[in-house]
Amino acid sequence: MRLRRRIKSQRRAAAMEQSPPQDPGRQLQSAPLEPLGHPAAGLEAAVSEDAEDTRKEGPGDGTMTENNFSLKKIEISVSEAEKRTGRNAMNMQETYTAYLIETRSVENIDGQSVLTDSLWRRYSEFELLRNYLLVYYPHIVVPPLPEKRAEFVWHKLSADNMDPDFVERRRIGLENFLLRVSSHPILCRDKIFYLFLTQEGNWKETVNETGFQLKADSRLKALNATFRVKNPDKRFTDLKHYSDELQSIISHLLRVRARVADRLYGVYKVHGNYGRVFSEWSAIEKEMGDGLQSAGHHMDVYASSIDDILEDEEHYADQLKEYLFYTEALRAVCRKHELMQYDLEMAAQDLASKKQQCEELATGTVRTFSLKGMTTKLFGQETPEQREARIKVLEEQISEGEQYLKSKNLEGREFLKNAWADIERFKEQKNHDLKEALISYAVMQISMCKKGIQVWTNAKECFSKM
Amino acid sequence: MGWRRGSRLSAAVGRARTVGMEGERPAAQPRSSGLPAGGAGGENLGAGVSHPGSSGSSVLLPAEVLDLDEDEDDLEVFSKDASLMDINSFSPMMPTSPLSMINQVKFEDEPDLKDLFITVDEPESHVTTIETFITYRIITKTTRGEFDSSEFEVRRRYQDFIWLKGKLEEAHPTLIIPPLPEKFIVKGMVERFNDDFIETRRKALHKFLNRIADHPTLTFNEDFKIFLTAQAWELSSHKKQGPGLLSRMGQTVRAVASSMRGVKSRPEEFMEMNSFIETFSQKINLIDKISQRIYKEERDYYDEMKEYGPVHILWSASEEDLVDTLKGVASCIDKCCKATEKQMAGLSETLLPVVHEYVLYSEILMGVMKRRDQIQAELDSKVEALSYKKADPDLLTEEIGKLEDKVECANNALKADWDRWKQNMQNDIKSAFTDMAEENIHYYEQCLATWESFLSSQTNLPLEETSEDKS
Repeated sequence: MRLRRRIKSQRRAAAMEQSPPQDPGRQLQSAPLEPLGHPAAGLEAAVSEDAEDTRKEGPGDGTMTENNFSLKKIEISVSEAEKRTGRNAMNMQETYTAYLIETRSVENIDGQSVLTDSLWRRYSEFELLRNYLLVYYPHIVVPPLPEKRAEFVWHKLSADNMDPDFVERRRIGLENFLLRVSSHPILCRDKIFYLFLTQEGNWKETVNETGFQLKADSRLKALNATFRVKNPDKRFTDLKHYSDELQSIISHLLRVRARVADRLYGVYKVHGNYGRVFSEWSAIEKEMGDGLQSAGHHMDVYASSIDDILEDEEHYADQLKEYLFYTEALRAVCRKHELMQYDLEMAAQDLASKKQQCEELATGTVRTFSLKGMTTKLFGQETPEQREARIKVLEEQISEGEQYLKSKNLEGREFLKNAWADIERFKEQKNHDLKEALISYAVMQISMCKKGIQVWTNAKECFSKM
Repeated sequence: MGWRRGSRLSAAVGRARTVGMEGERPAAQPRSSGLPAGGAGGENLGAGVSHPGSSGSSVLLPAEVLDLDEDEDDLEVFSKDASLMDINSFSPMMPTSPLSMINQVKFEDEPDLKDLFITVDEPESHVTTIETFITYRIITKTTRGEFDSSEFEVRRRYQDFIWLKGKLEEAHPTLIIPPLPEKFIVKGMVERFNDDFIETRRKALHKFLNRIADHPTLTFNEDFKIFLTAQAWELSSHKKQGPGLLSRMGQTVRAVASSMRGVKSRPEEFMEMNSFIETFSQKINLIDKISQRIYKEERDYYDEMKEYGPVHILWSASEEDLVDTLKGVASCIDKCCKATEKQMAGLSETLLPVVHEYVLYSEILMGVMKRRDQIQAELDSKVEALSYKKADPDLLTEEIGKLEDKVECANNALKADWDRWKQNMQNDIKSAFTDMAEENIHYYEQCLATWESFLSSQTNLPLEETSEDKS
């Protein structure tokens, strides 16, 4: 519940961002993100118009003016979860949970919402969407999904994926994910995302048709780049360290919190035993009986109050978990930078060596070891014509290389600029959200203390009347 | 005159005093005030105290009148025949001044009228070639005339306490003698001389002696006085006197044989008492277990909490913008941690020892019940013997007469003490649990204040901060 409220406010802010035509996001749109070009790029440009068309209401003109605040806001909610059975890829019976996604468009003027789309999706489809976004928006810190399996459990919480509490928390997490994407200035315009919300059947095929899996960088390549890159941008190196630290600290905090919750549960629940025994004891007491009996009732109240308290705390833990998972998205952006930088460095290195080869050939000095040089020594010099030919080839390669390097450089700088902009946006979001989460934790503690004071005051009154 | 009347008096302490009290000996009342049988005396007592003249005159009344002081004189003469009657528990010495007599007034509810103050402290370890043991210092302050001095300091070890308890049980088989702390704690500490163990024991021993001092009958027990005042060698020589182990063993054998009979002929009121004791024992044991468990869970909670605050501090090192918030949360958690510690200390000082004492009391009550049944059984067996005409009827009749007195004394003593014990139990339980509730309220109030102050520091920030956030 709390998450929802928080995200709504963010969305409102995001919606405002969308309206002015000078939206920086839109400008980013036009920059080539993928040198190889991809079909979706065209879609994206189309999406922004399409989306505007579908979202805008009124006389039907497709233009947007700065003062036209009749922009429709969309509200997304994951309102239900349902157990289903079906056949999986290997044609085996399986049980899974499906989630109902409802999209409403809200008229800004009269504030009423109209249900425009409603469809069911399962967790694996969310994963597919996210993987797609990761490939096509490598410069964006893509919002994470809620955990696939329950982690950081304490004894009461079940680690079972079918457990209703887990499903409920996952439902909220998935809704949060969609809200994050829809409030991101760039991601919200993606066609595939739009189709995810609106096109029930065939969506999977549509995604796969983009061929994004093929375009994904190989993990091995990325790992190699991480180790061998020489001059990554310092900001990204720092960011990588930060995200490692953040991951480690939040994991630690969540673990300790789970243990504390477990212990607190124990303290509260044991008090429940007082209730039973007091009640039995009161049967043999004349003067003390009433006081004992009513005090026992308060002990029961106390013991059962912990369930709600810890339920609330679980939502707090989920807020922290989101940022735990965000660290992976941060690292993904850093990896992309390292990969691009590495490619750049390799290209530069290659160019440099070619230039040198050319120079050597032209001047006749052999400074570098080469097979050609060796064979020349062994089998005799090559003819001037042969040398000319080789120089010509090299010069062509050098020219190509220089072009390539230039575009790679440009690409790299664009990436840096765009990625850093999103990272700044992310940082602000993170600081805001975490601060709010910590404050909400304080609010929870205050509520717990107030409940405690009330129960024990009542109990004390009963005891003093014994 | 003699002992017959005296014995009736010594056993039916409360009743005799009531009888004596009616209009006559206000000074006699003070000691009976603790017993509900002396209920009427309560009012009279007030009267007694405010009329020093009448209390002063008690010294001069003729011996025929049933009064406490005079009977003390009578009783003093009798030998301590353990097999037939309750041992004289009145102090042999007479108060010589009106003032000291007023000081003999002892009220459970009016501590300012207490005249015997005992403290147990300073545990010390003694090492000999044979053994190592702990002694406790016992300081007694009193204004009672029968004590040679007004202040005493002695050292006693646990064995000495056991001896004292044994003597008191011998002298008053159907009075509820306060419990001693256990010899060992079965689970938990293995080492006898663990600091916590010693401290818990010391507090319990202190409670033990003070309960005896507050008991209207036991407080005047001679062995009690010797325990408080005698030097070590005096005590050991005194211990060697009196009915030995063998005679007590003999009693036990007889007791086992006759206890079943005593149960069958138990009067209704004692049946009720027994049923109460059984249920009470069950419940108090459960409460003891629950309370100990709560303490343990709180300890575990505290241990985990200690780690929780520092994690936030660690985090604040990598977050520029969240430093204040994180450090604030860490500080709140640490403060709540300390509050938990304090609450636990309160629990172990107020609730746990009281509940545990009553667990021990429930065992004592069952023992007292048994002894009452045994005394009754003795009578019943003799009565049966008479009906079968097995032995000399005259002798039997005389014995039966004695036993009837004994049973009556025992029952009355128990009844009076039972009511007193129940009243004390209710008060003790009530205040122990009220204290616990108070501790918990205090704990939550402290935590509440901490978090509220943190919250206000975070949300009262000047507007420029909030406008920077896109919230």
